[in-house]
Amino acid sequence: MNSPVISVRNLWKVFGPGGEKVPGDPKLSQSSPADLLGRAGCVAAVRNMNFDVAKGEVFVVMGLSGSGKSTLIRCLTRLIEPTAGQVLVDGRDVLQAAPAELRELRRRKMSMVFQHFGLLPHRTVLDNVSYGLQIRGTAKKERHAASREIIELVGLKGYEQHYPDQLSGGMQQRVGLGRALAGDPDTILFDEPFSALDPLIRRDMQAEVIRLHKEMGKTMVFVTHDLSEALKLGDRILIMRDGEMVQMGSGDELVGSPADSYIADFVSEVPRADVLTLKWITRPVDAATPADAPVLAAGTLIRDAIPLVTDSSCPVLVAEPGGAVLGQIDRDSILSVIHGGVSHGAGSHGIAAQLPDGGSHASPSEEAVA
Amino acid sequence: MATLLRERTAAAVPLAADPALWRRINRRTWLLLAAGALWLLGFAFLHGTATLSLPAAELTDLHRILNHFNAWIADNRDGNPVFVYLLTPLRSAVGWVAGFFMAIFAASPSGQLIPVMGWLGTVAVLTWIAFAVGNVRVALLTAAVFTFFGFQGLFVDAAYTFALVVTAVLLTLVAGIPLGVLAGISNRVQKVLTPVLDFMQTMPTFVYLAPLALIFLIGPASAVIATVIYAAPPVIRLTAHGIRSIPENTREASDSLGTTGWQRLRTLQLPMARRTIVMGINQSTMAALSMVTIAALIAAPGLGQVVVVALQSLDVGTAVNSGLAIVLMAIVLDRVTTAASQRAEPGAAKSRRLSGRTRLIVLGATLVLALGVVQLSRTILWAAVFPQNLNIGPAIGDGVNAASGWLQANLYFLTHSFREAVTVGILNPFQSLLTDTPFYLLSAVIILVAYAIGHWKLAAVTALSLAVIISLGLWNDAMVTLASTLLATIMVMLLGIVFGVAMGRSSRLDQAMRPMLDAGQTMPAFVYLVPFLGLFGATRFTAIVAAIIYAAPVAIKIIADGVAGISPTVVEAAVSSGSTPWQVISKVQLPMARKTLALAANQGLMYVLAMVVIGALVGAGGLGYDVVAGFVQSSVFGKGLAAGLAIVFLGILLDRITQAAAATPVRRQVPVRKQVASKI
Repeated sequence: MNSPVISVRNLWKVFGPGGEKVPGDPKLSQSSPADLLGRAGCVAAVRNMNFDVAKGEVFVVMGLSGSGKSTLIRCLTRLIEPTAGQVLVDGRDVLQAAPAELRELRRRKMSMVFQHFGLLPHRTVLDNVSYGLQIRGTAKKERHAASREIIELVGLKGYEQHYPDQLSGGMQQRVGLGRALAGDPDTILFDEPFSALDPLIRRDMQAEVIRLHKEMGKTMVFVTHDLSEALKLGDRILIMRDGEMVQMGSGDELVGSPADSYIADFVSEVPRADVLTLKWITRPVDAATPADAPVLAAGTLIRDAIPLVTDSSCPVLVAEPGGAVLGQIDRDSILSVIHGGVSHGAGSHGIAAQLPDGGSHASPSEEAVA
Repeated sequence: MATLLRERTAAAVPLAADPALWRRINRRTWLLLAAGALWLLGFAFLHGTATLSLPAAELTDLHRILNHFNAWIADNRDGNPVFVYLLTPLRSAVGWVAGFFMAIFAASPSGQLIPVMGWLGTVAVLTWIAFAVGNVRVALLTAAVFTFFGFQGLFVDAAYTFALVVTAVLLTLVAGIPLGVLAGISNRVQKVLTPVLDFMQTMPTFVYLAPLALIFLIGPASAVIATVIYAAPPVIRLTAHGIRSIPENTREASDSLGTTGWQRLRTLQLPMARRTIVMGINQSTMAALSMVTIAALIAAPGLGQVVVVALQSLDVGTAVNSGLAIVLMAIVLDRVTTAASQRAEPGAAKSRRLSGRTRLIVLGATLVLALGVVQLSRTILWAAVFPQNLNIGPAIGDGVNAASGWLQANLYFLTHSFREAVTVGILNPFQSLLTDTPFYLLSAVIILVAYAIGHWKLAAVTALSLAVIISLGLWNDAMVTLASTLLATIMVMLLGIVFGVAMGRSSRLDQAMRPMLDAGQTMPAFVYLVPFLGLFGATRFTAIVAAIIYAAPVAIKIIADGVAGISPTVVEAAVSSGSTPWQVISKVQLPMARKTLALAANQGLMYVLAMVVIGALVGAGGLGYDVVAGFVQSSVFGKGLAAGLAIVFLGILLDRITQAAAATPVRRQVPVRKQVASKI
């Protein structure tokens, strides 16, 4: 991971009277949400949060509603004023920034896409997209030219003179996306951008974000309550509950080794073969396995390995990128994953129990099923 | 009052589900019953004693002191620094602006010079303005109505009224919009401003006039100042409301792009609140017209003056002719400002037929045409002064007089017997119940009622208000006014419940009635008196009927909105469990709209009070009579001033008690009130 763009250290946001005392008070800061509400009348929406976002990464914050994820993302640009902690952007603490410096940060470094779009109804698509440029004082001709390019990029060419209420939800969110992109920020923050959209439109928009990420390489912080969206987009995923971080890791780490039963429950519906890679199911090489057996990379998704393994007459070897053989897999190990994915719960625990040291161990298929 | 309030608590009883609430309401019912019993017993044994009645021509010491105060101000006008450096310059500045507009449209204040524009020029310019801010339809309406003023023989009067309205609205906007923006942005300003605006809107129009005349003398300047005070609250409130009701997520999105406060105001808040602000301008304009006509009492020229003179000589024909002109002017002002607010709708540009440039060309061409007509009206006599031989005003007046005479002669049986039946059967007994009960007893009863409804705080406010009224020496007159007000309010509530529930249940009826109610609400209070004067002659009864008709639209609309706002699921559930329509109304809709009913009663009371007071012009007695007499005779000036104060405190008392009734048992703020209250 290269140097972080955003570093969050000991970040707190406590709502309620006297909330500023909570982070410093060891008794209150340790107490459960119900206790905190009862004793101090406060709600800690973000509790002692620590994480780094690397340049060019898609970092997903996931949690159920009320878990504090939307508050967290707003704390990054102080749309909600954090109670305590640090948010370092390129090494500068946002919490210490003067109003002018904060505006500069919002104008040039971090843009946001909102769940309910937040478009200005009295402005055309073109004027909405160029709003950020207008705010920072770009001349009309220049900002319109730049905005037309962005509008084409987000697939709205021909709609420049339409008003937001003449567009469908998906198209409105494309305008929101365009507005965030127009300022050419380093980082784009997404606050549940697609949860107000139809499933099909949502899929399109997710593909759009993946495409834009590939083309432009922007750092993205993406808040969602949808696990499949998180797994689809996220390089890394942070799961929140009651304002706290429960687990942070890549998608297959969460599915393969959930930190506790909450996460396990969360990921139990996920089709495991689509998320886990072969390294999660390799077993030691059997003596009977021929040396010229087919070889697959450890990073291959289990789903993609299915045709080869089922066609092969012998087990398939799994190799690391360097070429060293990690172990082998066979039809049984694949079937057990698919089966475990269907009869969820037990399977995930079985695998989790086997993976204390990063998952390089083999997991007997019988155990996974049990 | 007690009867009114008792009915409302009775309606609340079915709501009481948990025992604590039950006990409280029970206690309240006991208190109210005790108050009623105390009152009736006291009336039976003590009536006629300690009534504090004061004959019309008699004064108390306080009134004489106020008379002296009047003289003292007259003496010190030229010496006192407050006058020399603040009030007199303010008066001259406002007077100068008013004079400027009057010179353009009507004539110079001395009445000697011919206005800058002749009548045809005025019609052309106003038509062009209506076209520019509105559309072709309202432009044609403007042209037709202003030409009709000429036929009525009232063009100059109408031009005076219009000039004063323009002056007042301009000054209102210059002061009101910035204040509204501040109140929309800053919570602190909002907090300070809200009670002030509440107070300004609780006061009946009438009572501004005497103190202002005292400070600023009579004439157009003080008329405009009174109008600005009266017309400012709607535009301030609606501007603040428009800015505050911008969705949080839009504001957040704008902030996330790094807007400064000024950029946010210019690119987000003002454009998005524009429509609401223009609606505020509409309401302020209507309020201004209403006040400018009433300001005839402090010598504001214009249509109001014609009505007042006609009312005083009971010349129904002339009053109707001039009242009609006021109504038409109200319609034009309302239509044009409404069209302007539709034009201000976000994204209205996209549905326009003309492109921006074509429109500019059309506007420019028509402006040149209008200016040509203005030049014409400055050079040719028939275009400068409306031709006398086309004046059909006297004919209208004579026709109305004949019709009114015929009605009073031939429907005498109906109108007279109805009037007498109500007066003798209901009004007199009720009034004597209030006026003949000893003042200490009735005060105690009212305070007890206030305590039952709102506990000690409300009781204290009530006691204070009553003490002020008593010490002003006008207890008896206040009770006369109160009797008319309460009776009219009961009628307003009956009308409100019948029509409001019907409208709330049927959207078709709502669509049919709402335009009429809206129109009714835009009319200046004044003109309601005229037709009923024609029907019933000059009595208390006429004022009460006018007050009922004046206040009913607001109550009907509030109740209709409340009933229509009840969740359809609840109604559906009641119907699906087999309720009859009547059961749905009585068991579901009315109890659930309880808060709305109290709110309607509150607003109805305020409207009725304002009208009952103005009804003094057509023979109603009480405090309103004292105020009017104070304008006319300088010997009772002090008493009129005191009566104005008494009206204010009577208004505060009624407002607080009904608001408290609206707020209980679930104590919650009633933000609806502010929006509703601003529609006057």
